[in-house]
Amino acid sequence: MKKYIFLAGIITMLAWSCTKNDEEFLDRPPSSLLTQDQIFKDPSAVLSVLGDLYNRYEDFGRLDDWASVAQFNVAYWSEVGRYQEFQNDGWGYGSWGIWDYGYIREINLFLERCEEATELEESLKARFLAEGRFLRASYYFEMVKRMGGVPLILESETYDFSGDASYLQHPRETEAAIYDFVIGEADALKDILPTDVNSKSRATKGAVLAMKARAALYAGSIAKYGTTTPQVSLPGNEVGIPASMADGYYTQALSAAEAIINGDAGAYGLYTKKPNLSENFEALFYDKANNPEAIFVEDYKVGAGKIHYFTGWNQPRYGAEEEEGGRINPSLQLVQSFEMLDGTYAPLENEVGGNPVYYDNIDDIFQNRDARLAGTVILPGSTFKSKPVDIWAGVVLADGSIVSGDSRGQEKTLPGATEQVQVVGFDGPIDGLEFTAQSGFYIRKYQDPNTGSGRRGTQSDVWFIRYRYGEVLLNAAEAAFELAQPDVAAGYLNELRARAGITVPLTGADVSFDKIAHERYVELAFEGLHFFDLKRWRLAHVVLDGNPISETEVTQNIGVASKRETQPYSIWPYRYHNPGDPNDGKWLYKTLRLSRITGADRFQLGNYYSEIGQDLINNNPKLVRNPNQ
Amino acid sequence: MKTKFYLLILSTLLVVTSCELDNFDEPDAIFTGRIMYNGEAIPVARNQVRFELWQPEYETPAPIDVAIAQDGSFSSRLFSGKYELRFLQGEGPFKAPTNAINIELSGGKQMDIEVTPYHLIRNLQFSHSSGTISATCSVDQILTGADAKDVERVVLVINRTQFVDANSGSEGSIAQVDATDISNLSSLEMSVEIPIDPKKPDQDYMFARIGVKMIGVEDMIYSQVEKIAL
Repeated sequence: MKKYIFLAGIITMLAWSCTKNDEEFLDRPPSSLLTQDQIFKDPSAVLSVLGDLYNRYEDFGRLDDWASVAQFNVAYWSEVGRYQEFQNDGWGYGSWGIWDYGYIREINLFLERCEEATELEESLKARFLAEGRFLRASYYFEMVKRMGGVPLILESETYDFSGDASYLQHPRETEAAIYDFVIGEADALKDILPTDVNSKSRATKGAVLAMKARAALYAGSIAKYGTTTPQVSLPGNEVGIPASMADGYYTQALSAAEAIINGDAGAYGLYTKKPNLSENFEALFYDKANNPEAIFVEDYKVGAGKIHYFTGWNQPRYGAEEEEGGRINPSLQLVQSFEMLDGTYAPLENEVGGNPVYYDNIDDIFQNRDARLAGTVILPGSTFKSKPVDIWAGVVLADGSIVSGDSRGQEKTLPGATEQVQVVGFDGPIDGLEFTAQSGFYIRKYQDPNTGSGRRGTQSDVWFIRYRYGEVLLNAAEAAFELAQPDVAAGYLNELRARAGITVPLTGADVSFDKIAHERYVELAFEGLHFFDLKRWRLAHVVLDGNPISETEVTQNIGVASKRETQPYSIWPYRYHNPGDPNDGKWLYKTLRLSRITGADRFQLGNYYSEIGQDLINNNPKLVRNPNQ
Repeated sequence: MKTKFYLLILSTLLVVTSCELDNFDEPDAIFTGRIMYNGEAIPVARNQVRFELWQPEYETPAPIDVAIAQDGSFSSRLFSGKYELRFLQGEGPFKAPTNAINIELSGGKQMDIEVTPYHLIRNLQFSHSSGTISATCSVDQILTGADAKDVERVVLVINRTQFVDANSGSEGSIAQVDATDISNLSSLEMSVEIPIDPKKPDQDYMFARIGVKMIGVEDMIYSQVEKIAL
């Protein structure tokens, strides 16, 4: 009996479960993905897609990869695993290459879909489209800097599975054509994008004008200085720009830079909030509140998942928030190239006629220099996060012998004494001991002064400035100089130099190529731009010629653009110990090359443009190889 | 019994699944030779001067790089077949043939490639006295006319091993010095002190050679490496 009741119950259930809406019941919208229609009618969803594209912007120097901003021997890398970078002799031809056409395709798809969207407000849609085009132009700019002319793909393409992909194979454009594309996009976009000084991490009129100025300047200098290396060119001009085009590009660079300077893109200007000039230069990079100098940045936010560990990697080791730090050690060559306040070059005076110079205070040797020095570099005797650094290498005795230690802050008994005293700083420098200031210096630029920035659990949200007003001034100055307007160039350079505390302004007659190159070297150190300066001036194979630097040579020719940069040097402070002598307790300095530096970097002609991989050429035989590889 | 059974199955599988396609011949041809000028090999820096071999019979050919050793010789193990030998433009301290050279390899082949160097080092004499190695030489201009290149610097390089060149960092040289005066190329003098490194064992010989850098040419031309007894 029971069996029949169950059976009847199940039959009834089955009978009721059928309705005529079964199909609707099963057809549920997916909850884990959005369709194109859903995205392109909601402005905040479009912004999310755009955010992903912004996130993939390609930078040469990045704060989440500390070594990328300190390459080419402007600094020594105080980390055991990286010493080999100073023991090899150059770079493979594939170094620095990028070829992400997947990214280009996604931007193209974004532009096409956004164009088709009907429910977006017109002004908003125009801004989204312009931002997409700005990102695409930025990536082409990055590619042309590294690879030379590349195929210019401006719409998404689809394979038809016919077995013949040759219609997808595009040849390389000329190098000039890609620069022209970037400049042309900037012209087209500058009046669509908002004029908003406070929008730093999205494209604005200021950002595209700054991109245009930089791109046109790079193209102009490749045209002009490319004549010194005729081997670095291809017959089809995929690499190399005809010299006749130089002036045209320089003119465009100057006009774009002057548009920003004249306020066409909003009230950008130099950062001058702090009375102390060194602190001011330091704050320019970490102050995110109403910073008039930053034009376009990669922004970060603590607590929101977008952070970087730049401060943790580079904080002074003594008093660090983690048991590490101190990785980037700016070289002696960089430090000494900061001018004296009267605008002259001088080596750090550690010896006169073979005798050491004794200084009362450890930082006296760095006095009266360009304020940017102390804003860029943590010098011995200075502080970070209000804590003093402890950089000194040892004790020099009366007979000239040195007492030092091989661990941080080690104590030893000096001759004639009974008690142990500290004989080396807690920040070193100790040759070969990682995280100590092995060149005698730490980096200050881009370090975050907030508590917790050096902790792994918190980290830093200092932004990385991609375009800033200071660089715009330098671009304007260089373009003006190349267009034979040295007075204009001097005017722009003097704005930067006055902010750095240099008291003697330049006149037009003082401006030379070396002066411009020098100003860029010190102002833009550790911002990821020096490498492209060396490349476009065709100086990379000259300054990185594979020859070691001798100790006498290192302090000569300061401020000369072709000065060898194959190895970083160090300068170490020592305390003089000779009780009864007037110099007892004073400081002296010694220059040296660290024992781990055994190689000398050599930049070959084939390094000027990164290698296009054989796999790419196999897939697309229309690609020509880059020269000298 | 069970083991034997498995073995039997495994060996049967192996026999059944192997096929003719798996059987490749190994590369059988050795291509050797030297870079020559008038019967004399041209010494260069190790692994820095190369030429390319292309196999035009394949659909998507990729070049095979052949590096030239520091005494000017080269050797490469290849499959038999037709090849085109090409020099990259601007490669090497010499003017290389601009056209592709067709070669056919079957078994071994020895071939010298004739090039014209910009300069050659002549009358080279090394001497040693109390920790200093000195050299005298002259530099002859070989290539004249439109293709001529001027000398940028002349350098004496010494090393503890037989691999000596000016551009390989500590691997290629322990010390090098430029000739101070290169106004008279028919008589050049250089001398370099042998650095003392307490971490390395004493040895009673050194290797040395002279390099000449031409303006606008990346690769240097060298003399043959010479072993100098101390």
